[in-house]
Amino acid sequence: MKTLKELEEIRQRTLESVNLRKDRTGARVVVGMATCGIAAGARPILMTFLEEIKNRSLNDVTVTQTGCIGVCRLEPMVEVYLPGKDKVTYVKMTPEKVKRIVAEHLVNNQVVQEFTIGATEKND
Amino acid sequence: MQDLSLHILDLIQNSIAADASHIELTIYEDKDKNWLIVDIEDNGKGMDETAMRRATDPFYTTRSTRKVGLGLPLFTAMAQRCGGDVVLESIKGKGTRIKSGFQLNHIDRPPFGNLEDTITTLILCNPKIEFVYIHKVNNDEFKLDTRDIRQVIGDIPIEHPEIINWIKSYIKDGLKEINGGVQ
Repeated sequence: MKTLKELEEIRQRTLESVNLRKDRTGARVVVGMATCGIAAGARPILMTFLEEIKNRSLNDVTVTQTGCIGVCRLEPMVEVYLPGKDKVTYVKMTPEKVKRIVAEHLVNNQVVQEFTIGATEKND
Repeated sequence: MQDLSLHILDLIQNSIAADASHIELTIYEDKDKNWLIVDIEDNGKGMDETAMRRATDPFYTTRSTRKVGLGLPLFTAMAQRCGGDVVLESIKGKGTRIKSGFQLNHIDRPPFGNLEDTITTLILCNPKIEFVYIHKVNNDEFKLDTRDIRQVIGDIPIEHPEIINWIKSYIKDGLKEINGGVQ
């Protein structure tokens, strides 16, 4: 059974990294979390982002949610905001796509064009 | 919705949209009486009589991005399918409570699904909201209160990946415990 004491240890361990990130404004990942998004599988998408971010120690990336973006047939949808860059909307997300977006977009600053709403709408 | 944890994630989105700062989820599995209770209470902006009457109507929604609102109607249909029902209580300006009860072993009762992922998602995406999650199986109880966690972590943000990860395993272990070691 996990205890709150472990939490205290985590606190000690992370205190340093938290102080470092205060003045940094990193990327923001926003997952559509309305009924349409949830039914289409938004939660595993969000969980995969969390997992990848943790594994790569990308401590300045924020993961958050939004409501219905309005194109329910393309859910699960994710919006990625990088400081100083235009918003990128990824559609019909899968955990595999998340891994590539983290590696290519969040880490290497390269938009994964083929997963974007623009590319998907053209093919449909 | 594939399972109860997704229904719950969806219903709590209504509390978030209603600007709640405190949300309580209680799940009670009464195995002797074969009854399952899911109770969600928030301190959001609440609904007036008219809005409350229309809340279970799938063609009613307050959002502008689409014309349907399926969260509560889908959940109500599920509860009724399982020999139960949903009761809404709301006071404008005070908050809303969704009480539901249905047969635990009903053949149509969806599985619980991944409750730790639902709670973790809610805390991660809404770090300013206080969540209380109580899960009872007969007389055994698991309780998570984000205020207790905040007290320990101090100035570490609750949405920090390390903290979120701890919360996830804390819930997972806690649920395992009240289920007698099986999940």
